[in-house]
Amino acid sequence: MDVKETVISILNDLTGNDVSEDMDTNLFDSGLMDSMGSVQLLLELQSQLGVNVPVSEFVRSEWDTPNKIVTKVEGLVD
Amino acid sequence: MINLEPYGNPQYFVYLLIGLIPLMIGLYHGHRWRWYQSAVSLVFIFLMFDSQKWQQGVALIGFVIWEWLMVGGYMAYRKKANNRWIFYGAFLLSIVPLLFVKITPAINPGHTSLFGFLGISYLTFRSVGMIMEMRDGIIKEFHPMLFLEFLLFMPTISSGPIDRYRRWLDDYQKVPDREKYVGMIEKAVHYIFLGFMYKFLLAYLFGTMLVPKLETLTLRYGGTGFSWPLVGVMYAWSMYLFFDFAGYSLFAVAISYLMGIETPMNFNQPFRSHNLKDFWNRWHMTLSFWFRDFVFMRLVFAMMKNKIFKSRVTVSNVAYIFNMLIMGFWHGVTWYYIAYGLLHGVGLVVNDWWLRFKKKHRESIPHNKLTEAFAIFLTFNFVCFSFLLFSGFLSKLWLGHY
Repeated sequence: MDVKETVISILNDLTGNDVSEDMDTNLFDSGLMDSMGSVQLLLELQSQLGVNVPVSEFVRSEWDTPNKIVTKVEGLVD
Repeated sequence: MINLEPYGNPQYFVYLLIGLIPLMIGLYHGHRWRWYQSAVSLVFIFLMFDSQKWQQGVALIGFVIWEWLMVGGYMAYRKKANNRWIFYGAFLLSIVPLLFVKITPAINPGHTSLFGFLGISYLTFRSVGMIMEMRDGIIKEFHPMLFLEFLLFMPTISSGPIDRYRRWLDDYQKVPDREKYVGMIEKAVHYIFLGFMYKFLLAYLFGTMLVPKLETLTLRYGGTGFSWPLVGVMYAWSMYLFFDFAGYSLFAVAISYLMGIETPMNFNQPFRSHNLKDFWNRWHMTLSFWFRDFVFMRLVFAMMKNKIFKSRVTVSNVAYIFNMLIMGFWHGVTWYYIAYGLLHGVGLVVNDWWLRFKKKHRESIPHNKLTEAFAIFLTFNFVCFSFLLFSGFLSKLWLGHY
């Protein structure tokens, strides 16, 4: 699985929805994610992709849609 | 000597504007005159803490030196090593002044700590947040001067909104282009007049005219249990709290805008919230987001990483209660502030349970305009009740003192 697929599968697990249907949906405004979900996302990124994102790096406005998250993570993997 | 309470009366804005005009002309022409900004800020800070408030002024100076040493010292250390105990130490030392200020009146009723000054909690948030971001490796440099300019950023010094160092620095190190700056000035003017209406009209109407009358009525005729005047106190005081604080926050944001800094907003129509979680995303936002990012999320992260509880739900419930309790204690070590925090912690736990339940039974639970109106009504009343607790009036009613 590439990074994008992994991130999407993590997000699908966390939200209980298929996020790939709308990659620009705002996960927080739609109630799919909250702070709890954000932390789980960070932990999953760490365990599944080996990407370390400290909590202070998590600025909500930069992580609020599936597309933004994928871009962020891709940047961190390289 | 004259003493000027920040945003205390409309005249204050005239003085501020006179002081800020040169800075605004500079920004309009693409320059930020840092030395002028610092000088005019120091004059206004001096006027907040001079004369009969000189002791607070001395406490402020001592506090700034202390935090400068803590944050600067920790950065110097963090560049070389990253021991967790050193971090805990730096964290603790940086909140020591605030702890003294909060605990002294609890141990010694009627006394205030010599370390206290108006705004100490807000300044502590700024520097503690920096230490935590240094630990995470997100802040990599300590600039002795920029730190002071951030810590003492004048418009927000007394009661927030609580800005973050990196966000603030981004704004401070550039000048908004002319079109944007003109837009910011327009917004600032709008916010100032809205703030006038909130703070000098509505907060005055509720806080100074209505609340004392309703309180007297309750104390005289209401007894210690439920009474209609007490319900009146609850609503009137809640309105007072909102208009007073939202008005003040609008002023602080507006003056920041005039100085070319986009300080974040503190309120977003909180009484339209659909549930308690929604409420904390709209009420005193910079405080609740600070707690979310620096307390709640870190706690959840640590608990999940170390697998302290099996269930995710338990983790989030423990974190909610802890987070809101800390927030309660931060308001003051008094039973009604702590009860206020606990009430909101429990409220968030119940709210989360309901949201999970609703998600599971999406098909069978009706959702329409009426249920939405009911949700807003319920949230509003829960919040107002918590504010009645927060106001301390119940302490007066039941124990005879605040």
